[in-house]
Amino acid sequence: MKLIAQRIALGVLLLLAVSVLIFAGTEILPGDVAASILGQAATPQALANLREELGLNDPAIVRYFNWLGGVLTGDLGTALTTRQDIATTLMPRLWNTLFLAFWTAAVAVPLAVILGLLAVRYRSGPIDKAISGFALASTSLPEFFIGYLLILFFAVKLQWFPSISTVYDGMPFWQKIQAIVLPGTALLLVVLAHMMRMTRAAILNVMQSAYIETAELKGLSQFDIIRKHAFPNAIAPIVNVVMLNLAFLVVGVVVVEVIFVYPGMGQYLVDHVAKRDVPVVQAVGLIFAAVYISLNIVADIAAILANPRLRHPR
Amino acid sequence: MVDTAESVPPRPADAELLLEIRNLRIEARVYPPGEDPRDVTIVDDVSLSLPKGKVLGLIGESGAGKSTIGLSAMGYGRGGVRITGGEVVLNGRDIMKGGIRGFRKLRGREVCYVAQSAAAAFNPAHKLMDQVVEAALVHGTATRAEAERRAKALFKKLSLPNPDTIGDRYPHQVSGGQLQRVMTAMALCSEPDMIVFDEPTTALDVTTQIDVLAAIKDAIRDTGVAALYITHDLAVVAQIADEIMVLRHGKLVEWGGTRQIIKEPRKEYTNALVSVHHIEHVEQAPTPAPLLKVENVTAAYGGSDVKVLKDVSVDIHPGQTLAVVGESGSGKSTLARAITGLLPPEEGTITFDGRVLANALHDRTRNDLRELQMIYQMADVAMNPRQTVGTIIGRPLEFYFNLRGRERDARVADLLEKIEMGKGFIDRYPAELSGGQKQRVCIARALAADPKLIICDEVTSALDPLVANGILKLLLGLQKEENVAYLFITHDLATVKSIADSIAVMYRGEVVRYGPKTQVLSPPFDDYTDLLLRSVPEMELGWLEKAIAGRRMESAGN
Amino acid sequence: MLKTIPVGSALGLFFTVLFLFVAIFAQLIAPYPGSQIIGGVWEPMSAEHWLGTDNLGRDLLSRMIYGAQVTIFISVAATALSFTLGSVLGFAAAVIGGWFETVMSRFVDLLMSIPTLIFGLVILSVLPSTIPVLILVMGILDSTRVYRLSRAVAADINVMDFVEAARLRGEGTRWIIFREILPNALSPLVSELGLRFIYAVLFLSALSFLGLGVQPPAADWGGMVKENKEGIVFGISAALIPAGAIAVLAISVNLVADWVLNRTSSLKGGRG
Repeated sequence: MKLIAQRIALGVLLLLAVSVLIFAGTEILPGDVAASILGQAATPQALANLREELGLNDPAIVRYFNWLGGVLTGDLGTALTTRQDIATTLMPRLWNTLFLAFWTAAVAVPLAVILGLLAVRYRSGPIDKAISGFALASTSLPEFFIGYLLILFFAVKLQWFPSISTVYDGMPFWQKIQAIVLPGTALLLVVLAHMMRMTRAAILNVMQSAYIETAELKGLSQFDIIRKHAFPNAIAPIVNVVMLNLAFLVVGVVVVEVIFVYPGMGQYLVDHVAKRDVPVVQAVGLIFAAVYISLNIVADIAAILANPRLRHPR
Repeated sequence: MVDTAESVPPRPADAELLLEIRNLRIEARVYPPGEDPRDVTIVDDVSLSLPKGKVLGLIGESGAGKSTIGLSAMGYGRGGVRITGGEVVLNGRDIMKGGIRGFRKLRGREVCYVAQSAAAAFNPAHKLMDQVVEAALVHGTATRAEAERRAKALFKKLSLPNPDTIGDRYPHQVSGGQLQRVMTAMALCSEPDMIVFDEPTTALDVTTQIDVLAAIKDAIRDTGVAALYITHDLAVVAQIADEIMVLRHGKLVEWGGTRQIIKEPRKEYTNALVSVHHIEHVEQAPTPAPLLKVENVTAAYGGSDVKVLKDVSVDIHPGQTLAVVGESGSGKSTLARAITGLLPPEEGTITFDGRVLANALHDRTRNDLRELQMIYQMADVAMNPRQTVGTIIGRPLEFYFNLRGRERDARVADLLEKIEMGKGFIDRYPAELSGGQKQRVCIARALAADPKLIICDEVTSALDPLVANGILKLLLGLQKEENVAYLFITHDLATVKSIADSIAVMYRGEVVRYGPKTQVLSPPFDDYTDLLLRSVPEMELGWLEKAIAGRRMESAGN
Repeated sequence: MLKTIPVGSALGLFFTVLFLFVAIFAQLIAPYPGSQIIGGVWEPMSAEHWLGTDNLGRDLLSRMIYGAQVTIFISVAATALSFTLGSVLGFAAAVIGGWFETVMSRFVDLLMSIPTLIFGLVILSVLPSTIPVLILVMGILDSTRVYRLSRAVAADINVMDFVEAARLRGEGTRWIIFREILPNALSPLVSELGLRFIYAVLFLSALSFLGLGVQPPAADWGGMVKENKEGIVFGISAALIPAGAIAVLAISVNLVADWVLNRTSSLKGGRG
């Protein structure tokens, strides 16, 4: 329990440090928000007014704590370009992204575990080789190659799915699912290989332990060996692998959303980076980092919980 | 041709055979990097038989194929090992014909297995009891309650503490020696006809080994189970086996009754194994001017309060050997680290050749470093795998004596001569050497510095007995030639007896007994030294019973 | 040694060398100037334009060739930066230890707790997307991974007995890093070099695809995907050509890196 509390505390600390880093990254680097909004034609007077309005004349530390205080109370600030409240614009997009990520994970996780198990069961055989070849290819393929290939075949040639994945509030569930099939598949192919390869390594590691040989020499069946002896020890590394890969997935979402013009967080972030809308970038960056860090914490906690040495101390 | 008349030891005519292995041949596929995979023969035409209730010891050096033969009785091949010829007849049927289903039926029921490292062989996720009774339940030879009752009785027989509750513990909550006994209980719990013991005491300290050994022997006698007992230690197997089979490079060397093998070995190789510790060495008396004086040294790791060395004082005399003995955790290797300066002592002084040595390594002069060399236990990690033997031995010559080019090469060739290897090895990489050769190169590297003292940290314990013997003889020979002193750290008392001039016995960071060899090894003893000396297996029939009886009497007398 | 090269690795080596050659001699090889409009929009492949033309009517093959130069140059520079920075600091941390290692490692943990692409985007929202900025951002962000690996590898080797033996002999830090540790760390690092390069190519392509990398009229392959992506909906596969080129480059380098790792690790001595 103490270890878990420690891990969570460490995560919170890390998140705080990340917020400093994100804030510093956008504030201290050369380039002034006011100048980038108004462009090169700005008069000095207009610049000064805008700076005043945005509070840019306060020292950086004051602005950081103002920003952090806002974030903690759910106020993410206002977008410079549209003058809209960021939190309200963000919420539906966050849900869209989570919707896409969730369903991708729902397919990817069982698939990766099953394929990983198959690769171990038929180790060094054709299935294993095919899987590791596929893994090599898919870690090398850019997301847009997979994405546009899918669009070309399934949206343009076969016309099974729309090429642009529009979702909106109140859209029927099945239509939503249909809209995310292609981006989901692209995302799946990106994370699947990695997840599979790590699952394979985790299971293989357990299967090569001496206690598996002991079970074998007790005359247990293959099924019992896996169920009673391999599985309880493999579950922690697998959960760990899954969580780490979900973290990848959350990042892979950015490019995939742009390819399929999907109204999620990634698209939102990219649009506003191009417009140099710093408050939006800060807010979205922080949310991405928070999700990423939380998934990593869950992965570590799973590992702690599943380790009998830590559960049953001497 | 196997001359059966001579190779099968004498047995009563009515002995009923439990296991019979005929002309066994086992191969494995190896994958040498950059080459095509090929098959190598691990066991070549070995035949043996085992009557019911008897114990056959399989003995040999690493690579002799003894574990492979043991596992073949269960139809099991480790990592790509295949049985390619011969028959394995168990309880009257050839098990090789039964296929994987047949193997599963006999494993854990007719034959059980006890591994070298019980710590790794138990599943960390389950309680001990669940694992102990598992085989009996899987094969349906007992109900859960029955099996648990039997397990508790076995725990008691094997002198485990708290036999009624120890089963509720997880493997990591139990010590190594206890775990090894639990594993024996696990093997006995399904009441098999035979158990394969695969080096069950090798990973244990000597004082623990003797208890486990006695427990195993009692359990075998009381249950009447037969056993294949695999080990590299002839003295151990002599205590437990009825017959001994000596193997080398996968082939049978000699097979006979235990008494015959250890008293009247017929083959040269067996004889060498039996007389492995017979080294001629005349003990030298202490000199008035010790080379190294360790005085009242106390040390701890990283500012912790636990002192790993407590007030240690020993002397080493020029050209002599001080052996430091102790079990794991006794602080004997820490003493070496303190002397070399890797772990600066918190208190105490170290005087070397009349001058006080700086505590920390980086404060010592180059000459101090040169005169005090070190040889490690694992020779293959003590040499940079990317350097040739020439570079490894040549570097100290460059570094300390500024020898270059031809001069250096000549001296390297010289040193290679001294370690009985010859200059042909100068361009080899460590990976191309055998275990003994690697250790010899490390010795040459130490000698290259022309030292006055060499610290030898368990230098023979990773080696097979005959190879180790060669290294010891080499070290003694070099000591005479070069007048170099050794600080010899070891857990092996037999080695100590054969090479030391003086001995320090360490226990929990303290020197409990120290003096010239004969004095340390003569009574009256302190309790720990007594225990240690009694625990070292001797190549003598009935030693185990005597040792155990001696201990019981003493505890009764106290 | 080349005799024992497997088919896959040989193919990988061939393509890697081919791409490098094209990148270096782009100006001599390209049949047309890279940014000149010489035909209609999205013309199909023909004898004149082997790969057809792009969204503005520029020769796609020529743009691909110049794109190779931009892509590979930036990626190589970023990899070189990340490698030098990461491995020097990583080795130093492992050998020196103490507060230096603690501070460096915690800082790297912090940088790595933000996904690279997200952090890159955050920074590029303030900085202009010029080539030096791209190289710096990519190189520094990626050096964290090189740091972790080289520190771990060096720390593993650092506790080996042969390093201790060198210390006991009185060798200095420089000998220990360059003569004892480096030769043994080389094979994992070389294969990591390949992986880092692939990662740099993919990262740059992703940034350019998102419109935040190389700015027009110059274009790397990722940027060309962006330029031609509208064509996909009409069944025009021009965008897939640069995308495919990225994939082929990445796979080839991966195969070569694998081969190098297998070959060099087999030389290594000792058990296991």
